Amino acid sequence: MTRYIRHAAAFCALLLVALLVNAARVQLLRAESYRDNPANRRDTIARYHQPRGDILVAGRPVTGSRDTEEHLRYERTYRDGPLYAPVTGFASQEYGTTLLEHTEDAVLSGTDPVLAPLPLWNEFTRSRSAGGDVETTIHPAAQRAAYEGLRSRKGAVAAVEPATGRVLALVSLPSYDPELLSGNGETARTAWQRLNADPDKPLLNRAVRQTYPPGSTFKVVTAAAALEAGVVRDLDEPAGSPDPYVLPGTTTRLTNGTPGCEDASLREAFTLSCNTVFAELGVRTGVRDMAATARAFGFNDEDLRIPFPVARSTFDTTVDRAQLALASIGQYNTRATPLQMAMVAAAVASGGQLREPYLVERTTRANGGTVSSGGSRPVRRAMQPGTALRLQQLMRGVVEKGTGERAAIPGAVVGGKTGTAQHGLGNSGTPYAWFVGWAQDRNDIQPRVAVAVVVEDAAANRREISGGGTAAPIARSVMEAVLDP
Amino acid sequence: MSKAGITLATAETSAPPVRLPRRRGIELALILLAVLLSVYGYCAVGLAKNGSVPPGAAGYGAGLGVLALVAHLAVRFRAPWADPLLLPIAVLLNGLGLVLIYRLDLETPHNRAAPTQLVWSTLGVALFIVVILVLRDHRVLQRCTRLCVTAALILLTVPILFPAVNGARIWIRVAGFSIQPGEFAKVLLAVFFAAYLAENRKALTYSGRRVWRLQLPTGRVLGPIVAVWLVSVGVLALERDLGTSLLFFGLFVVLLYVATGKAGWIAVGLLLASLGAVAVGRLEPHVHGRIETWLHPFASIEAGEGPNQLAQSLFAFAEGGLLGTGLGLGHSVLIGFAVKSDFILATAGEELGLAGLCAIFLLYGLLVDRGYRAGLALRDPFGQLLAVGLSSIVALQVFVIAGGVTGLIPLTGMAMPFLAQGGSSVVTNWAIVALLVRLSHSARRRTSGGGRG
Repeated sequence: MTRYIRHAAAFCALLLVALLVNAARVQLLRAESYRDNPANRRDTIARYHQPRGDILVAGRPVTGSRDTEEHLRYERTYRDGPLYAPVTGFASQEYGTTLLEHTEDAVLSGTDPVLAPLPLWNEFTRSRSAGGDVETTIHPAAQRAAYEGLRSRKGAVAAVEPATGRVLALVSLPSYDPELLSGNGETARTAWQRLNADPDKPLLNRAVRQTYPPGSTFKVVTAAAALEAGVVRDLDEPAGSPDPYVLPGTTTRLTNGTPGCEDASLREAFTLSCNTVFAELGVRTGVRDMAATARAFGFNDEDLRIPFPVARSTFDTTVDRAQLALASIGQYNTRATPLQMAMVAAAVASGGQLREPYLVERTTRANGGTVSSGGSRPVRRAMQPGTALRLQQLMRGVVEKGTGERAAIPGAVVGGKTGTAQHGLGNSGTPYAWFVGWAQDRNDIQPRVAVAVVVEDAAANRREISGGGTAAPIARSVMEAVLDP
Repeated sequence: MSKAGITLATAETSAPPVRLPRRRGIELALILLAVLLSVYGYCAVGLAKNGSVPPGAAGYGAGLGVLALVAHLAVRFRAPWADPLLLPIAVLLNGLGLVLIYRLDLETPHNRAAPTQLVWSTLGVALFIVVILVLRDHRVLQRCTRLCVTAALILLTVPILFPAVNGARIWIRVAGFSIQPGEFAKVLLAVFFAAYLAENRKALTYSGRRVWRLQLPTGRVLGPIVAVWLVSVGVLALERDLGTSLLFFGLFVVLLYVATGKAGWIAVGLLLASLGAVAVGRLEPHVHGRIETWLHPFASIEAGEGPNQLAQSLFAFAEGGLLGTGLGLGHSVLIGFAVKSDFILATAGEELGLAGLCAIFLLYGLLVDRGYRAGLALRDPFGQLLAVGLSSIVALQVFVIAGGVTGLIPLTGMAMPFLAQGGSSVVTNWAIVALLVRLSHSARRRTSGGGRG
């Protein structure tokens, strides 16, 4: 019987070996795929187990974390949520992350390997680094000025620092409080449904994700292209354009809102915002040069990240001459984001150099050590310095004695361009009011802020909607906030 | 008798009696280590969850220590030649089980299981001591075969009269305690099988008709045992406790093989088992589902219904990796229902890692090994068969449930010996260890040439 007992013992040993081998298979070989299974909640639990890093504006956090003591422990909170929503986005346990919360998630949630004190430290100790902070380039006073200026209207403001590309303000209205979406309960679900169903689209970041017909503000680009191509050599030489202007190859007559555009010089036409002159200038410059200049300003670029993606602003290159005429005055298929138009103003303000805009000044560890800094972005030439200088003159003229007088700031040099863009079927929609501009303090060697404002307020009286009347004062308060010491 | 048996037998007569050391001191040291490890685990849980040593740590350690010490004293005085590893392993596994259940209690504050489990553990140790004190010679059991089998059948049948809990009629509720009588029946059936086969193994081996290459024993010999087995399995199938059913079947086949040495029994056993498995798998939707889950553990995720228990269990094991997350730092509670009982091993796998899991498996392996050694050293067939039977119960039970929760075999509900929540199971396992201690005492005393006891 001893022999059979040994056989039975061998059988038990076999069972033991099977268990051990299978345990190694589950815990080592297959572990990676089990861990990565989307139904495995451990990663989510770990993610919300520690407070998320903060997004800072001028050194002060505009976000926070609240300990719910629930299964998913920490929830995001926001200070001035609606004000900074176009910058921060939301960080929801249910609906994911957007904008900076999304692009900087690795730092904020502590998973970025650079946050670890030593390489592979977190993997070895099974820990997670404390969430790092993200310092933005936002100028809090400018942001607030833009927000207050737009208050109760629909629209967006983008402001950048021309010399560096730092984004100083990014405002979109109507906005929302991202904190409503932080949790995973009923509150978040209702808020999510309500925000998505809202016809005013509060979740849309109009400053970077929405394109508008830029209207007359695009004349800055057209003027730059005409000057660069040598179509116009003297700002004060009569351009010889008829009024009204018959679009080439059609019988459509293009007119102006104001008299005095017939045979006006470029300076007069810019100040009066003559459609006929710029339409004809665009046609004379030709689609190739127009497109080249537009591209140099950032149009037709799909890859702009600040670090979240910016919608592509378009200048159609497959146009006939009539369409080109309309495209040159910011109509037809020409569309731009507010940030794109702020970049146009910035390129003019910084002598033709265009810095890529960016929103993250630097990211830091929880203890304050810098992880990465966002400065020193690539620079490119949007136009010759001489062209930029002449455009500065033109834009100053608009503010000093043209349609943009309400943007003037005492004691500062301000340049700008207004626009009132038609849109909708047969131009039936309420026009969009635009203002793009820049401001330079007397003591500065170059403008400190470039801004673009668009107001698309359907509720207001159509008559009163105009770039000079509606958008310019908002731009002025933003620029003042930046210049204010 | 085998060759090995003959050599042993001759060695016994020719060599002078070797006086084996009793090794009670080693046992005491190991028990101390087991208690310290358990207290350490208890403190580690508290430190990880609340940042402080749990207030009951000293009491818990003292309680476990006193229990283990009393058990040790009983062994020292009544079974001094017993194997010194059996009791420490049982103490360590039971202590670890209490730690794991306490740890899971922290996640389910409204459903605390550790205090009850502690009461049952105390009862188990008490039973251990009673068995050691009362049962002076295991051969006494051979005389109460009828009593054993009657009691076993009654215990198996009683729960049918009580309402089903979670689809299985295996519990009875008495005074707030749920008891699983089937657990106790395991030991009784092992005693019965061992006694019966010891008596009839010659007849089973050599008499009866020969069919093809298989020597069938006479119906008179085989009849009662098959009847008992059929009844027990039938009852279990009615109660829908397939794990225990599988365990009895395995026990039956192993003991039959050891008693007769006929490989044919294994073949017949496997054939019957596969027939039974196919039949039950076809007929019983519950079992069919288990097999489907085993084959495709993530099917419910792909179907959008979220992970099932097996998937959650696999996630827990995977999270453990080599070294584990550390006690109190895992999320095995996501398994949900039965996390403290059937799936307790997943918590061990997640928080102690592959290293801890292997250690636990090896502890069981050592326990079984010690039982088999006692069986090998014993000279009376009943003792041999009983030692093998009891060890095999532990081995099969560990394999069935551990293999189930790690996805090696289809999952059948069963308690991990000593670790899992479940009073009847703990008490039964202490009884098994007590019998093994008694058997190993007899075995080693014999080898060492007599002595007191």
